[in-house]
This record gives sequence, C-alpha cells and structure tokens, in this order.
Amino acid sequence: MADVHAAGHTILVVGGGISGLTTAVEAAETGYNVLLVERDPHFGGRVAQHNQYFPKLCSPTCGLEINYQRIKNNPRIRYMTLAEVVDIQGAEGDYTVRIRKHPRHVTEACTGCGECSKACTVEVPDPYNFGMNTVKAIRNNHAMAFPVWFHMDPEYAKSEEAQKVAKVCPVGAIQPEMQAEDVTEKVSAVVWATGWKPYDAEKIRPYGFGQYANVTTNMRFERMANVYGPTGGKIVRPSDGKEARNVAMIQCAGSRDHNYLPFCSRICCLASMKQASYVRNQYPDSKVTIFYIDLRAMDRYEAFLQKTRADQGISWIKSKPARIEEDAQGNPVVIGENTLTGERYAMPFDLVVLATGMEPNSAQAGKVPYQGAAYDDYGFVTGGVLSAGCAAYPTDVASSVQSATAMAMKAIQVAGRRG
Amino acid sequence: MAYDLSFAKEVYKKSEMGHWIKMCMQCGVCAGSCPLRAHWQHSPRQLFQMVRAGKKDEVLKSSDMWMCTSCYNCIARCPRNLPITHIIHGLARYAETQGKVDPTQPTRRFAVEVFWENIVSTGRVGEAMLTMRLYFQDGIGAGIQRGLEMKDSALGMLKTRRLNPIPFRGKIKGYDGFKKMLAKAAELEVKLENKA
Ligand SMILES: Cc1cc2nc3c(=O)[nH]c(=O)nc-3n(C[C@H](O)[C@H](O)[C@H](O)COP(=O)(O)OP(=O)(O)OC[C@H]3O[C@@H](n4cnc5c(N)ncnc54)[C@H](O)[C@@H]3O)c2cc1C
Ligand code: SF4
Ligand code: SF4
Repeated sequence: MADVHAAGHTILVVGGGISGLTTAVEAAETGYNVLLVERDPHFGGRVAQHNQYFPKLCSPTCGLEINYQRIKNNPRIRYMTLAEVVDIQGAEGDYTVRIRKHPRHVTEACTGCGECSKACTVEVPDPYNFGMNTVKAIRNNHAMAFPVWFHMDPEYAKSEEAQKVAKVCPVGAIQPEMQAEDVTEKVSAVVWATGWKPYDAEKIRPYGFGQYANVTTNMRFERMANVYGPTGGKIVRPSDGKEARNVAMIQCAGSRDHNYLPFCSRICCLASMKQASYVRNQYPDSKVTIFYIDLRAMDRYEAFLQKTRADQGISWIKSKPARIEEDAQGNPVVIGENTLTGERYAMPFDLVVLATGMEPNSAQAGKVPYQGAAYDDYGFVTGGVLSAGCAAYPTDVASSVQSATAMAMKAIQVAGRRG
Repeated sequence: MAYDLSFAKEVYKKSEMGHWIKMCMQCGVCAGSCPLRAHWQHSPRQLFQMVRAGKKDEVLKSSDMWMCTSCYNCIARCPRNLPITHIIHGLARYAETQGKVDPTQPTRRFAVEVFWENIVSTGRVGEAMLTMRLYFQDGIGAGIQRGLEMKDSALGMLKTRRLNPIPFRGKIKGYDGFKKMLAKAAELEVKLENKA
C-alpha cells in the first residue's frame, strides 16, 4: 500500500508537542507522507516540561520517547525544528505553504557529545526552566531532547567566542554564520497543533506574582520539582532557598474570570493534586492547602481526587482567594473568605503556587497564516485548517492524543481524496 | 425542605440590578476584596446566597448592605462581572421601600433623612449643613465631640476648597423645575412598581 499515494500528497503538521507528534505518526503509519514543523529546537512541547504525568504519576519522557522512536523509524515523516509556517495559500487538497527555517547554527551532523557546551563561557537565562536558572549559549534542552542536535543562541552566534567554540566540535557541525532560510512546500492537508502557553500570571495583580518572590506558578513549580529543573528537584522558597513545607495552591488563578481567561482549562485541578503529591512525598511532615471554587476532576480522574483527598496532609478550602500580601518574613499571606464557613481568613505560607491556565498559542504569535482560518472567542482554532489537541481546546494529554488521532483520520481523508 | 424561590424572584424583578444575583458563582472574591469585610455580618456573597435561599427577613432587615462605601473593589475583582456595589445599593433601597430597615441604622438615617432632606430643600448639597446634621444627630454633646475629632480634616477640606463653609446658601436657580423633575421621577417610579 505504501506506493499508492504520490509524494505530492503530504500532510503538514504544525507543532511537535504530544498532539502534533501523534497526528504525524498516526498518519504516517497508514502510509501517508508527513511534514512535521516545530518552532522550538526540540520536540515534546509542554509535556517535555512536566515532571510527572497525572493520574499515574509516571515520567512523561517514556510516552514521548516512544513517539520519537516511531518518527525515527518512519521514512515517511520529514521534520523541521526551529521552523515556522509563515504563509498558507490555496485550499483543502492543494495548499502551498512557506516555511521559515531559523538558524540553529548546528548541523544535523551533531552527535550530542557536548564538547561545545563545555567550551562555551557565556550563560543565558534558560527558557526551558522559565528563566529560573542560566544555561550555556550552546546546548540542548535536556538529556532526553529529540532531535539530539545542539542549538546555539543567535546573539551568541555573532560573538568571537562562537568562532572558537566551532573549532572544538569533533564533527565540525557548528556554523555560526548559518542564516534563516525560507522553503516552499506543496501539501494536501494542514493540521494545526501549536498548543498553549502558560497564562501570564503577572496580569493577575491581586496575587502579586513577579512582585513577591514566594508566589510562583504551576508550570514553574513543575520545573522546580524536576531533577533537570533549577533546584535539581528540591522544592524550596525562591526568596531564601529554604525548604517549602507549607505550600498553598490557588485554583482558577486567572481562569474562569472575565478579567483574565474566561474559560476553564480543565487540567489545573488535576495538576495541583499532582503537585501536592510532589510536596507531600518530598517532605513527609509537609502541609498543602488547596483553595478552589469547585473541583473539576472529570470521569476517571475522580479516583485521583479520592486518592488525594485521603491524604491528611492536604487540606481543602472552598474559596477563590481575593488577594495575596507579603508579611515581614517574606511569607505570602493568602486572604479571602471560606465560602463553607463564611470565615474570612489571612493565612501565611512558605510558598504559593498559582494554578494558571492554558492560553492558546493561536490567540497571538501562533495565529494560522491563512485567510480562511477561524477561531473561537478565546483564540482556539475552529476552522480553515484542521486543529488538534490544545490548539483546538484546553485539555489533558489523553484527550489531546484522542483529538490528534481523529485529526490524522481527517487529514488522510483529505489527502486520500486527491491521491 | 421545599425550595422557595419566591423571594429570589422578587429581588430579581424589583430590586435594582437584582437579576445579576443569578450570575454569582459563590467564589468569595468579593468578601476578601471588601475593605469593610471585618464589619459585615454577611459578605456580598453570603447576602446573594441568602436571597437565593429565600431568607427574606434576614436579608431585608440586615445592616449589611448599609456598610458599603462604594469603593468598587469588588466590582473590579468579581470574576463574573457582577455589578456588586449597585446590587448592594439596590437591596438597601428595596429594603427601605419595604419598610424593613431599622430606623436607627446610621447609614440609613444619613442617606434617607439627612442627605435627602438637605438636597431636596435647596436643590444642592450644602456641605456645612450636611456635616452639622450628621454630627449632631445623636445630640449636642456627641456632635461637639465629633466636630473636634474631625477638625483637622475639615480645615484641610476648607483650604483645598472641598467644603463650602456657608450653612445657608439659599435655593438654586430654577428650583421649581428641580421640584418638577423630582415629582416626575416619583410618578415614574410608582408606575414601574405597579407594572412589576
Ligand atoms: C501545570 C500543568 C500541568 C499539567 N500536567 C499534566 C499531566 O500531568 N497530565 C496530563 O495529561 N496533562 C497535563 N497538562 C496538560 C498538558 O500540558 C497538555 O494537555 C499538553 O501539553 C497538550 O499538548 P499539545 O501538543 O496539544 O500542546 P503543546 O504541549 O503546547 O505543544 C505544542 C507544540 O507546538 C509548538 N508550536 C507552538 N507554536 C508554533 C508555531 N507557530 N509553529 C510551529 N510550532 C509551534 C510548541 O513549541 C510545542 O512544541 C498540564 C498542564 C499544566 C498547565
Ligand atoms: S466575587 Fe462575584 S461571583 Fe464571586 S462570590 Fe462575589 S459576587 Fe459572586
Ligand atoms: S463597593 Fe461596597 S461591597 Fe464592594 S468592596 Fe467596596 S465597600 Fe465592599
């Protein structure tokens, strides 16, 4: 069956998070050609930034690794990293797309040996860890990164040192003078899978993120709990490095709120329950307090909620806090009304984690560069091209994968009609 | 227990902005945002829930809605965009029209008696008279004491021309027209009430 479809009938998948990866491998394994375009230097998207997966609390790397193997072993998948789709013309079955490949300054000959990183003396804020630590200006993001090829920051590439570092590479893969390049491709179907980004917590002024050191966000906390994170997995207060044993999680921070994101991201309750377990497992005498309006643990996640509820070290306060202040010891003090008792509280914690929601990338920088593209009120992609995972609606990994598989099906129907 | 919605329906219909109470999701943000939260017996959230639970007398007789200073903190923060301040004032007024309010409630006395009479008698706010009536409403001794306590503020306000010291400034030009407007407004209000 492999030869039935002419090479011109390619499915373009934009975004290489868990959704894009899934659409790519599912479509390719039925015999279609796939072009997978990812904006970052490596695949994996947000999932590659998670410490553990709810509900099983296993490592997300194994799920990603399986997909990377499927990609490596499938000659029908071509992929580009550090690349963006800048223009789409035509219509379903016959699109012409222009893709901009940003310079990596490292070729595919790179073996990932790391000699260049050792030679590099310049450190930059680490985007993989939300800037909470610094990393070398030539690196790969983490030990499990795929593709393994290192990447060099464009600013650093202009420096004199970059020339010297290029010489230490045993396979001659480093090219500081590499330039951006546009390429044009013909494709039959387009699947948009550009996912989400954490809502900007600084906008939630009453909670003081960015102002108080010990107020953080769930995605930063996810990195903090991870061995490749800024503290090597130790849960501490950013202000003084002391162990954070009394931690608050604030649900719906900047969500379900007409001032911020009006919708529910569906996963933040689960994410906080998962993160409560990080604290409880690290420090057996720790306390976690979860502030919530209502807990949204759909269908099978109910069991995860029950399990979390059984832990006496976790308490639950039905309340959306009104604001956070800081006391003289640098403790964030959470202020609000307990809606079950009517009591007004002001509670100090070592660390407060804001459970912020998922803002679609397609709402801003990741808009579909196609005239026919349609969005819902929040910027999720609803039409013009196919959309999968969190580009289509906010959701967890399991249903992202379901949606991505469904979109592979739709894409091969479109490509097949022309085949 | 039967779930009696009749009071809620009454408020949705007759109390200004009352229909917004339906939109409250009971999150508690308003209570925590209110600078007077320590002084309320029931927070806005609780009042709204009491409306929905049919606690008519408890709501209308409560002094809670007379605590609001119209700072608008709660409106700015409410995730569901409820015009809380206006709902609260609507409830206060509705309680007044229903004759449920304790006549000695200080804010009520100020709003319904002192302020209203002050403005109706001349067509303008006479700050000096207003302040005096407010201070002396509990007797001469209390009035003098309050006046002394607030002396510095008063002088400051005088200096920055925020307070007109002349107690009797007479009626505004076109006072008759102003009276007619009030009469018309009262007439419209009765009509509206009969319709509802
Ligand atoms: C704190 C937190 C914890 C979570 N924990 C869990 C959990 O434990 N279990 C679970 O099931 N779910 C969890 N989730 C949800 C999970 O992160 C999402 O379901 C998942 O990331 C969706 O994958 P995606 O591929 O649709 O999007 P993403 O992961 O966002 O991937 C999108 C990819 O597209 C790329 N991209 C973006 N724009 C462009 C562009 N213009 N061009 C090309 N490429 C682009 C991005 O670089 C990225 O690689 C959590 C979410 C949060 C906020
Ligand atoms: S802040 Fe708004 S939604 Fe929340 S309890 Fe108060 S009125 Fe209701
Ligand atoms: S407007 Fe009234 S109810 Fe709202 S926060 Fe201010 S004083 Fe409290």
